[in-house]
Amino acid sequence: MQNISGEVLLDSEGMDRAITRISHEILEKNRGAGSLVLIGILSRGADLAKRIARKIKEIENIEVPVGLLDINLYRDDVHSKLDQPIIQKTEILFDIVDRDVILVDDVLFTGRTIRSALEAIVDFGRPRSIQLAVLIDRGHRELPIRPDFVGKNIPTSKDDRVLVRLKERDEKDVVVSQKNGLKGGGK
Amino acid sequence: MTSSTLQSRHLLGLEGVTREEIKLILDTAETFREIIDRPIKKVPTLRGITVLNLFYEPSTRTRISFELAEKRLSADSVNFAKTGSSVSKGETLKDTVRNIESLKIDMIVIRHSSSGSPYFLTQFVDSNVINAGDGSHEHPTQALLDMLTIRQKYGKLDGLRVVLIGDVKHSRVVRSNIWGLKTMGASVAVCGPSTLLPYEVEKFGVDIFTDLDEALDGADVVNVMRIQLERQQAGLLPSLREYTNLFGMTRDRLHRLNKNYTIMHPGPMNRGVEITPEVADSESSVILNQVTNGQAVRMAVLYLLSGKKEERGEEA
Repeated sequence: MQNISGEVLLDSEGMDRAITRISHEILEKNRGAGSLVLIGILSRGADLAKRIARKIKEIENIEVPVGLLDINLYRDDVHSKLDQPIIQKTEILFDIVDRDVILVDDVLFTGRTIRSALEAIVDFGRPRSIQLAVLIDRGHRELPIRPDFVGKNIPTSKDDRVLVRLKERDEKDVVVSQKNGLKGGGK
Repeated sequence: MTSSTLQSRHLLGLEGVTREEIKLILDTAETFREIIDRPIKKVPTLRGITVLNLFYEPSTRTRISFELAEKRLSADSVNFAKTGSSVSKGETLKDTVRNIESLKIDMIVIRHSSSGSPYFLTQFVDSNVINAGDGSHEHPTQALLDMLTIRQKYGKLDGLRVVLIGDVKHSRVVRSNIWGLKTMGASVAVCGPSTLLPYEVEKFGVDIFTDLDEALDGADVVNVMRIQLERQQAGLLPSLREYTNLFGMTRDRLHRLNKNYTIMHPGPMNRGVEITPEVADSESSVILNQVTNGQAVRMAVLYLLSGKKEERGEEA
């Protein structure tokens, strides 16, 4: 069982409200859902992208296509790790040319994942725009990257860990922060 | 549960490679197939890695497949072909490789007519070594792509009956397929003229047939090996026509197979010798899928081995 103790930053209702608000903001900024496509970064960004697509369907009754992106092949630290990460299947089964791409991830931290994702997306074509939606922005950027839509801004220390857990693959919806010193994987 | 890493830093053969490792390679290859279908068929993963393709024997499919796999992953590659090199001036394999490695190579893909030459390289190079076919020993990436092709069609390898037909004695493809398929739980049979079965063939733990019709009874997959005309100088076959009569894969024999059967051939085909054109081009033939899958499998192997260093998972 994974350790999800720590300070709760967002509970299930809070998460749902944040996703609802992000969905409205996306629609407002892009004047509807007509030009939108959602691309979620595997694994939990992809789950969040699907949730946003469901919300948009409730609000506007439009099905926005959802793509899944594995960014591991675009990492800048592939060769500094001992073992290669397991690659999951990227599935972008629609044309992104001249669409407004909403890139979705769970936690925005150094920005390196987003840099990798941007590089991957342009390999699929030239979108009209790429916008970034994240559930949590915890600061400490190492690259000039900023989000367009944020669920919650959380000031953290660089060594803290922020864990996002989603019903789709974990037991419940919750975001917790752990002070440095606690063991386990995460970001 | 998928294993997250390969034990060895080289791929010399499938003998001794575990079920988890084979599954990892096939699963990774499956995800890489998507890249081949993209408008821009390239990812930056192996940027900065230099791969030497060392081909001492002629090859079309395997060499182009490895070269493209390297390019799709953004590796830099250099090609060595025996003809036109200093091998004709008498330079040994060891000297050739050590010299080229001094130019800062990270990975070596080797095809050589001597069994064991990839292993020999691992004794003195720092690079990751990938066997692209050595003598009559192994051709692991061919067997991996064969298994990927079978798995795509049936969703599994467990419990399938696979018949390998042809020159069992000299075929490295047969050997790698036997190791891989058995590890993955398939039931394997080999079939060929008794002069082309190796000594102690029974030690492979496969069913052995010298009658093709018997071998085909109840099989799901037929993998037809090329009759290697260049290795038939020793009089092991009375004539090609006799081989075709006894071991040629013809339409008349297909009814012995299970429904939903599959015909495979690693290429290059001798049409009309080991396989008739109507079988090779039939709907059940997956020969061209094999070629596409070959590229994905080679990308997976390059990716999984790249950057693996001496201190971990070292065999022998």
